[in-house]
Amino acid sequence: MASSATVGDLVSQPYKYGFVTDIETEKIAKGLSEDVVRLISAKKNEPAFLLDFRLRSYRQWLQMEEPDWATLGHPPIDYQEIIYYAAPKQQEKKASLDEVDPKLLETFDKLGIPLSEQKRLSNVAVDAVFDSVSIATTYREKLAEHGVIFCSISEAVKDHPDLIEKYLGTVVPGNDNYFAALNSAVFSDGSFVFIPKGVECPMELSTYFRINSGDTGQFERTLIVAEEGASVSYLEGCTAPMFDTNQLHAAVVELVALDDASIKYSTVQNWYAGDENGKGGIYNFVTKRGQCRGDRSHISWTQVETGSAITWKYPSCVLQGADSVGEFYSVALTNNRQQADTGTKMIHVGPRTRSTIVSKGISAGHSSNSYRGLVQLGPKAVGARNYSQCDSMLIGDQAAANTYPYIRSQQPDARIEHEASTCRISADQLFYLQSRGIAFEEAVSMMVSGFCRDVFNQLPMEFAAEADKLLALKLEGSVG
Amino acid sequence: MIRPDAPVLLEIRDLTARVEDQPILKGVSLTIRAGEIHAVMGRNGSGKSTLSKVLAGHPAYTVTGGTVLYKGEDLLSLEPELRARAGLFLGFQYPVEIPGVSNLEFLRVATNARRAGKGEEELDTFAFEDLVRERLQVVQMDPAFLERSVNEGFSGGEKKRNEILQMALLDPLVAVLDETDSGLDIDALRIVAGGVNHLAGPDNATLLITHYQRLLDVITPDYVHVMAAGRILRTGGKELALELEERGYDWVDAELAALERTPAEVG
Repeated sequence: MASSATVGDLVSQPYKYGFVTDIETEKIAKGLSEDVVRLISAKKNEPAFLLDFRLRSYRQWLQMEEPDWATLGHPPIDYQEIIYYAAPKQQEKKASLDEVDPKLLETFDKLGIPLSEQKRLSNVAVDAVFDSVSIATTYREKLAEHGVIFCSISEAVKDHPDLIEKYLGTVVPGNDNYFAALNSAVFSDGSFVFIPKGVECPMELSTYFRINSGDTGQFERTLIVAEEGASVSYLEGCTAPMFDTNQLHAAVVELVALDDASIKYSTVQNWYAGDENGKGGIYNFVTKRGQCRGDRSHISWTQVETGSAITWKYPSCVLQGADSVGEFYSVALTNNRQQADTGTKMIHVGPRTRSTIVSKGISAGHSSNSYRGLVQLGPKAVGARNYSQCDSMLIGDQAAANTYPYIRSQQPDARIEHEASTCRISADQLFYLQSRGIAFEEAVSMMVSGFCRDVFNQLPMEFAAEADKLLALKLEGSVG
Repeated sequence: MIRPDAPVLLEIRDLTARVEDQPILKGVSLTIRAGEIHAVMGRNGSGKSTLSKVLAGHPAYTVTGGTVLYKGEDLLSLEPELRARAGLFLGFQYPVEIPGVSNLEFLRVATNARRAGKGEEELDTFAFEDLVRERLQVVQMDPAFLERSVNEGFSGGEKKRNEILQMALLDPLVAVLDETDSGLDIDALRIVAGGVNHLAGPDNATLLITHYQRLLDVITPDYVHVMAAGRILRTGGKELALELEERGYDWVDAELAALERTPAEVG
């Protein structure tokens, strides 16, 4: 019969964002050394404290070993084969968008992130990062009226060095782990957000990361600080062209929430995942951590991870302040030969701290998808509570799903709940829906969004529908 | 209700089908007209469930020969969802659980797909809620079932009621009910059968696939077909079902053996 056989053709849905922008790029020679670290710092005219931070981190990195405990496999990464700095050739950051190279604006247009005044999203401020540098940030003036600082981290180093010195590296220290140390040594750009006391950020903030060069690593650094009673919702998106080689992406994100502050951080990660045989794709080794420093503060991570050949990422919350709240909502989808080892750490330090973990892993093709999470309750975390739910969905019979929950509690009366489940989209379920008049693609999409609903509900509205579509697209053809 | 002049809804001719390399249907012919209720009976493995799945377009079954006309048009070339939209309904022997997909949402999408097939307008959420609440009464179902995931954690009887609720919403022209009576206690059987009787009318037709007479005590068929080894061996009125009940299926074996010896002469 003329059936779902055609579905196979749909799988090979090409990666939409795989194009390369032809633009003159300033790159430094490949390889990593103390000189390279100094060179990056010098290119950015950084103050001494930052160069010190970089050098300290670099020296510690030299002493460290690449971690191998994750359920991931990849050929060794040659850190001397990577270019650590690449920037499109244009002088200094432009005061006005009119002066930005039109090719760059066009690139972001193509990615669905228009930056120009006429076309930009009406309620979202965007910082656009291309390879190693931020090329534009929209709505800066409007945000400044509210006292909100939203700019690239390089600019923040110049314009607000006191804030950078005060907060950078305080959540993720320079020697936190192998990849964080590497990032601390060579980070190029990223976003900086500062919401002053009592201010509710008037619009959604967003950074869009684009890797363009083929042999460049991307090491961005993001720092978000919400002072007492402040709140902000921030979203990052990522894409990269298709190259046969693997590219390294090692980012660090630090969040600081003071008393009664609230930070909501959402990620839609769609780096190039490699082809169906696992050739090419981004190695995504990311350290993300938020510190609920103040009482009653609130940090929420939501991630939709669909891209990258390898994802190694554990957005975490350190719940220091009394009654602070940490949340982690994750959808991780792997297809073909993708590998993901992702989860969270909820470190309960203060009394009555609460955390919620909802993780949904979807594995299709020959991929491998692991949830790894730690819930830790320290000696002062009296009355702390955690709820974790980890669900896996398998599509086809070649994919793997693993769950590694770690619980360490020094609180005898703590309430820690963990639920886990595994399910499979079966041909029979799809046939059942089809036999009720529902088309094959819609049936898959219904089941996947049903599975992910708890997480999608957490995304900013503009992006929830987008995430739904993205998943459906990524899965087309992998069933049946 | 037999009316010789009623339009033919389903015409199956010499249908053969296999699953993997195993031939299951070996030449089934059956004509169903509007207003009729047919029952196909037979032992496990006789091919009666396969017939229902082939009609609905299950991808695991491959049609190897014969034709099926639905309202005069080729049914077998249609995707399963298009068959459903055109008004063919399969009530599953084992309704599938679909965690995470709300029953209400599922019923609404399915109903609107069928309405589109009939050239009717989509129902919005409010209009649909009204409709579904009314149709719930056909199967005496608690509205709480709408809020749950499709069939998830439903008892056997609840699943079957949910099937008949779908039938009530989709308003099929030909409903194929595969072992709808299996796993039901006597009360549930009465409710399900009541629903089927309520929905049967002069313009549609029902094909019951069943193992036992007891369903036919509550739904009276116009025709009973006895199936064995992938063929319809005998066709009669409702008394044929009673005869089966009385004599068992042993005589079927004898007839089958005769048939195997001289396949060409018997047809």
